[in-house]
Amino acid sequence: MTTAEPISGADIVLRSLVDLGVDVVFGYPGGAVLPLYDAIFQQNHIRHILVRHEQAALHAAEGYARSTGKPGVALVTSGPGATNAVTGLTDALLDSIPVVCLTGQVATHLIGNDAFQEADTVGITRPCTKHNYLVKDVANLAYVMHEAFYVATSGRPGPVVIDLPKDIQVAKAPYIRPSKAQHRSYRPQIKGDLASIKEAVDLLAKAKKPIIYIGGGIINSGPAASQLLRELVRLTGYPITSTLMGLGAFPSHDPHFLGMLGMHGTYEANLAMHGCDVMLCLGARFDDRVTGRVDAFSPHSKKIHVDIDRSSINKNVHVDIGIVGDAGHVIEDMIKIWKSKICKPDEKALKTWWKQIDEWRGRKCLAYAKRDDIIMPQYAIERLYALTKNKNPYITTEVGQHQMWAAQFFGFDKPNHWMTSGGLGTMGYGLPAAIGAQIAHPEALVIDIAGEASILMNIQELSTAVQHRLPVKVFILNNEYMGMVRQWQDLTYGGRYAESYTAALPDFVRLAEAFGASGLRVSNPADLDATIQEMMKIDGPVLVDCRVAKLENCFPMMPSGAAHNEMILSAEDAGLSPISDEGKALV
Amino acid sequence: MSVPVQEIARHTISVVVDNEAGVLARVIGLFSGRGYNIDSLTVASVSEDAKTSRITVVTSGTPMVIEQIKAQLDRLVPVHVVADLTLEGPSVERELALVKVAGVGEHRVEALRLADAFRAHVVDSTNSSFVFELTGKSTKIDAFLNLMRELGLVEVARTGIVALARGKTGLES
Repeated sequence: MTTAEPISGADIVLRSLVDLGVDVVFGYPGGAVLPLYDAIFQQNHIRHILVRHEQAALHAAEGYARSTGKPGVALVTSGPGATNAVTGLTDALLDSIPVVCLTGQVATHLIGNDAFQEADTVGITRPCTKHNYLVKDVANLAYVMHEAFYVATSGRPGPVVIDLPKDIQVAKAPYIRPSKAQHRSYRPQIKGDLASIKEAVDLLAKAKKPIIYIGGGIINSGPAASQLLRELVRLTGYPITSTLMGLGAFPSHDPHFLGMLGMHGTYEANLAMHGCDVMLCLGARFDDRVTGRVDAFSPHSKKIHVDIDRSSINKNVHVDIGIVGDAGHVIEDMIKIWKSKICKPDEKALKTWWKQIDEWRGRKCLAYAKRDDIIMPQYAIERLYALTKNKNPYITTEVGQHQMWAAQFFGFDKPNHWMTSGGLGTMGYGLPAAIGAQIAHPEALVIDIAGEASILMNIQELSTAVQHRLPVKVFILNNEYMGMVRQWQDLTYGGRYAESYTAALPDFVRLAEAFGASGLRVSNPADLDATIQEMMKIDGPVLVDCRVAKLENCFPMMPSGAAHNEMILSAEDAGLSPISDEGKALV
Repeated sequence: MSVPVQEIARHTISVVVDNEAGVLARVIGLFSGRGYNIDSLTVASVSEDAKTSRITVVTSGTPMVIEQIKAQLDRLVPVHVVADLTLEGPSVERELALVKVAGVGEHRVEALRLADAFRAHVVDSTNSSFVFELTGKSTKIDAFLNLMRELGLVEVARTGIVALARGKTGLES
């Protein structure tokens, strides 16, 4: 839609968005973006979703992006609009989510004068974005718009901010759609080095105790990568585990899948990581929640690391073969080489390895004591999964115990159906992310699995859901505590529950009703199924206050400062291994 | 698993960047945000069209940290090339200093004599002071400053290190 006649900066922004395939923007108006909102008012291509807080605009854009694979777009005003967006930008940076955030800015001649609602947005967001721009000349605006989307979505995806002074939105220039020329300095590496991939395949084929460890890079690579991963596992017969971010990239019900690894990962996944002789890491980054104590991490293995971001390789853990490239492309090459070399896994060794893994599985590390009188949180998730799985739901979460229980007990079989704040651990993420996912998939079942503390951090977004008739379901595991904080206080601080109990919680049913949504409450295990079915029947947003066991803790757990083979499986174990001072200093 | 003890070493890294507002802040922010050292940093526009600048940064760390620094620099969008001059063959390094020395009599004569020995130029002079311009390796400048301290060193301004690889090829060729 190139135009020869000059149009306003605001119109250039909108034309660019249309050309870039954007159909929805999550935002909140304000003084410095009024020209943009006036342009939005006068067109029909871009739908605007009015949120109730700018942080939610970013999380909604993330939810949209993660459930579609397309970039999410947010629009906020200058000053407080931009600073409110910072948490969402940082969240998207740590979880590698493609988001473009347009921020209003005071007019260029006022920049630096401490003008009303002025903040140094590019300065503030520099460390929490993949890249950012301040547009000072309307002639560059179209180019910046297109480049920003390219940067946000290519390579390792991430958030990009475009700061738009108000006078730039008003000034005029022709809109010329930039040609897709190669970027002058930014060139992400997609194909992996073939020699290294061959070396990796040789190492894999010789493995006696292999493990495949995957992460969000598979999801970001696109659905094809998940399919290729299945083929790789079928070819090799190797066990596979996933990070929190990678759940859904490989079917959870497949017998090769050992469950999630890491701090609240399964016993079998963590011990397989500890005991393996060859580790193939695909699109994960050896995060501290995964590795535990680094100097005791998988001590006897040769490690292969495939990551699109060169800086992820050898950052936390030294690896033997580092391959920079897109996980999907590298898996494809691995499969080709495996087939052309007619590689065969060492069946005998593999059988012994699987026998060992099955022994670990026999510990049934996720077992918990079911009760008739009170809903166990694990049971609530199990029933939620059982009753909704045929609807192929999109699940978001807040952050804390409920998040880990969701990861452990909800089965994910497809990519892009699981959205959780992994890297930043942002309480308040789930409801706005669910709104973003629901906008992208209007007919789908979208559930935010929440805790009663987290949900209060962005509860105002119920209003957004009601306004836009989004039937998101919020399923609160209400134990009246910030459960994960309380769990750490149990394990590390002698049960001194400093400020982790929420007195004066709202009546969630009446709260939902006050927003114009529906509220349900359940506290008896016998009523749980009926409540979940009732929740699904209601055609509109629903808040479910599911009262669960108050003091239940999330196990298994690799305590802070511990290694994979030092997990605690139950509350009884917890007392046996006091946490070291070193461990106490870790997050 | 015993983690091999990695020795901390000094590296001189050249970075070619787009000459645009905020690019230096991106580089410095990366170092401070991730806890890397900056021992010296210089930046100036170097291309004929003034579109690119060259940053020379001297840093220190274990081999793993140095690799991280280079990888992190390389993924900044406006960064064109990152080269580790310390690893990639021989290079030359130079620094320029302006050194103000005040004194009279013997001290003044001695300062001038030493400056001559160090091939420093006098770029300003009064009856009781000199400003010397001195170019060389940082160690040479350190040595000169140590001598001047006894002879009335008033103040010093140093550019930080600039460096190029030896031989005929350039970073972007």
